[in-house]
Amino acid sequence: MASDTISDYYPRDRSWHPKGLTPAYNSSVLRSPKRALLQMPTSLSETSGPVFGHNFLSEQDSDMLSNAIVDGDPVGERIIVSGRVLDENARPQASVLIEAWQANAGGRYRHVRDGYLAPLDKNFSGYGRCVSDEQGNYTFRTLRPGPYPYANNGPAWRPAHIHLSLLGAAFAQRLVTQFYFEGDPLIKHCAIVNSVSDPAAVDRLVAKLDLENAAPFDALAYRFDIVLRGRNETPLDAGHGR
Amino acid sequence: MNKRLKETPSQTAGPYVHIGLLPAAAGIEVEHHGISSRTNLEKGIPVIITGVVRDGAGEIVTDALLEIWQSDGDGKFHDGRKGFARCHTDYDSGEFRFETVKPGSVAWRDGSPQAPHITLLVFARGINMHLHTRIYFADETEANACDPVLNAIPDGRETLLAKPDAKSNNSYRFDVSLQGDAETVFFDI
Ligand SMILES: [Fe+3]
Repeated sequence: MASDTISDYYPRDRSWHPKGLTPAYNSSVLRSPKRALLQMPTSLSETSGPVFGHNFLSEQDSDMLSNAIVDGDPVGERIIVSGRVLDENARPQASVLIEAWQANAGGRYRHVRDGYLAPLDKNFSGYGRCVSDEQGNYTFRTLRPGPYPYANNGPAWRPAHIHLSLLGAAFAQRLVTQFYFEGDPLIKHCAIVNSVSDPAAVDRLVAKLDLENAAPFDALAYRFDIVLRGRNETPLDAGHGR
Repeated sequence: MNKRLKETPSQTAGPYVHIGLLPAAAGIEVEHHGISSRTNLEKGIPVIITGVVRDGAGEIVTDALLEIWQSDGDGKFHDGRKGFARCHTDYDSGEFRFETVKPGSVAWRDGSPQAPHITLLVFARGINMHLHTRIYFADETEANACDPVLNAIPDGRETLLAKPDAKSNNSYRFDVSLQGDAETVFFDI
């Protein structure tokens, strides 16, 4: 059977990820399927995926402190965000395209649809991307985003966060998430954070202060490690897996 | 057994997803972003796929972002970015539009052929974890009848069939319903 030579991706633990319907986060009410997801094993359509080399990027892409400068440095707490991308088997994931977006230090997004009264920063776009290296390491320079208000079940606030999109070696590994900052008192009040029910899972979304990596007299540092889906490597298939 | 790590939990892409994934749509100019609504596949019949995304109230979702991944017309997946495309639903009309080719047949796990299909992911505010589905083609009746994934769907398989547009050649319509009577079949794959 050819299925013996496919090393399957581990099924997703859907109780660890947020459920589709989380009424405390109002927007999910009409946008979550009512029917259960249909379970299906992976085939080539999901075990393959687009590949983005380092030559896809320009040098400035991962430096949000400089990639949108018009006439000076952007305003805010300068930070370095770095971490490692592993899979569930703790193997480093190289060449993962990591795309990041965030609000500026005042909590305002540079987006045609964001009308929050906090001002735009003409020297900051909040857009960045990088590709993980052979050891799975990635790093961004940016500034710490501000919290911002949004309409939920009544007015609500998002804790400071940076959105991340990851494209690994397989479409089955596709992941979009957000990370938060250690110590932010808004985390526990956020309905989007709380769409994740296991406190251990929430903790995995919190970047930790990383003083060792701070750039002296320049930028504080935070560490955020990421785990993508891994595949089952059964001994029988050792020679056949791709 | 090795102790497995747990995957990083998903969080919604939110309403400002365009900044990171389609910066031009947010009003941000980035040189050589290189990702668009075209898959840039050469082999195969060129096709255009348009549609809208509806929520459970039947409202058209104008802040969704969609991604596709597919083989070329020979059923071959490419090593680079060819075969991958991304677009957002229009801020006013809610319409999305992909330019690609009709994919060929790709083998299922046991080596048997699957019907031509495109993997489609849907991201938006209110979607806590991206939704995964497939676009099949309504005019591939014979191939669809033998497709192992379509045949595993107890009910609602027609929601995965892109319909040929009677008025224009090689154009297909594929609407996504996040919830409701015509709810699209989504996979945990
Ligand atoms: Fe946000």
